[in-house]
Amino acid sequence: MSATSTREEILFSAIQTRAVIQQMADRILTGLVRPENLVVVGIRRGGAVVAGLLRERLNAALGTAIPMGFLDITFYRDDLRTIAPNPVVGATDLAMSIDGRRILLVDDVLFTGRTIRAALNALFDYGRPESVQLAVLVDRGGRQLPIQPDYAGGLFDAGARETIKLVERDKEWSVVRRRPEE
Amino acid sequence: MGSHLWNRKHLLGMADLSREEIQSILDAAASLREVNRREIKKVPTLRGKTVINLFFENSTRTRTSFELAGKRMSADVINMSASSSSVKKGETLIDTMATLQAMNPDLVVIRHPESGAQEFLARHLDAAIVNAGDGRHEHPTQALLDLLTMHDHLPLLERESFEGLVVAVCGDSLHSRVARSIALGLRTMGGEVRFVGPPGLMPPRAEEAFGARVYHSMEEGLEGAHVVMALRLQLERMSVGFIPSVREYFAFWGLTRARLARAAPGAFVMHPGPINRGVEISSEVADDRERSVILEQVANGLAVRMAVLYRLCGMGGGR
Repeated sequence: MSATSTREEILFSAIQTRAVIQQMADRILTGLVRPENLVVVGIRRGGAVVAGLLRERLNAALGTAIPMGFLDITFYRDDLRTIAPNPVVGATDLAMSIDGRRILLVDDVLFTGRTIRAALNALFDYGRPESVQLAVLVDRGGRQLPIQPDYAGGLFDAGARETIKLVERDKEWSVVRRRPEE
Repeated sequence: MGSHLWNRKHLLGMADLSREEIQSILDAAASLREVNRREIKKVPTLRGKTVINLFFENSTRTRTSFELAGKRMSADVINMSASSSSVKKGETLIDTMATLQAMNPDLVVIRHPESGAQEFLARHLDAAIVNAGDGRHEHPTQALLDLLTMHDHLPLLERESFEGLVVAVCGDSLHSRVARSIALGLRTMGGEVRFVGPPGLMPPRAEEAFGARVYHSMEEGLEGAHVVMALRLQLERMSVGFIPSVREYFAFWGLTRARLARAAPGAFVMHPGPINRGVEISSEVADDRERSVILEQVANGLAVRMAVLYRLCGMGGGR
């Protein structure tokens, strides 16, 4: 295959990512009523990273350890046959009961909304939370379902052929946009 | 990333599976185990898919495991057994197949007493085929669940991979599709397989065919083994004369605590079930909670079969 080059643009540098996470945490804290009822749930794989970073900031501000869990939505996807015949499968880890809890569902990039739909279905197989809010690091538009974030770190309109990814470099996280060059 | 780990329509045997393909099933199974521990033990993955369990040989355990696996993945599962179907009325395999074909299933799980029956059916059916045991030939889901169970215990044996893992398969390897499949799977994963048992119950050319070294003494065969797998003595598959008596068989080939002491420290014991106590394994060993992982094998069997259904239906389920 001929090498199709990819152009890469940094949307959030490592420093910016940290600042954006802090801003999101501040906004979440402003509206928070009963912090003891909060559970942070990250969607694997990128969402788990953002959830960890966000929870760190929330813990620091509240002086507590907020319970955290992870969802793997592989078995809830609606594209079993069309897009991903062989996804790498992670593990769901929701040790705590989520009945009556306020869930902060976290993902890295919000696009079509299908992942969130699958995550909500998965979540409700574990119990009946009091409420679910959605926090994403980047909202890239292009929704195919009526799903909107309660907290978004940044808004970037991205074309269908572009990808927006959370990437790790030297143990720091940044967000890049990649587009194939014509 | 990892987007083409599994590209197969059927699971007919371990013989031609690659290391990556085996690993992709084990990974999915490890994740699906979590579903089986929930209060709501079901995921919607295979909603609208139809799975037919077609058993030409009795097997409550394997059939139940496949049935539950399909149901926990939300597929519609239908069981057909040869004794209750038209097979008893003289229908040929091809006619049975044509009838099934007309019902348009996505996947058919087949157990058949003839080696190669599934391969034949795979050529004539649109559905994906899972071999749930064919004669003396293969039983791939059993091998996969055995590999998953071994994989779980690698850290306890202070090992990082199957590479160099020594597995002693004890007993009647000649009639055992379990022995063949696990030997082929382990060879692919880099493990070392030994077939331990009387000369009359060893498959010919075991080394070339399955990569298994043959030992005609339990004491030698178990020396330093990390895993000891006792095979069920399949009296129903034997014509007369393979063994003198069950008591004598146990005296020479039974897995006992004294013999197990020859294995590596921390070695664990497996058995594909159902176990014949006092024939191929002593009750003391079978019930030893420190060493015996027989019930873990059953739990892993369910997860592995869920994973197999998932991978095969993900390939398009035959359409």
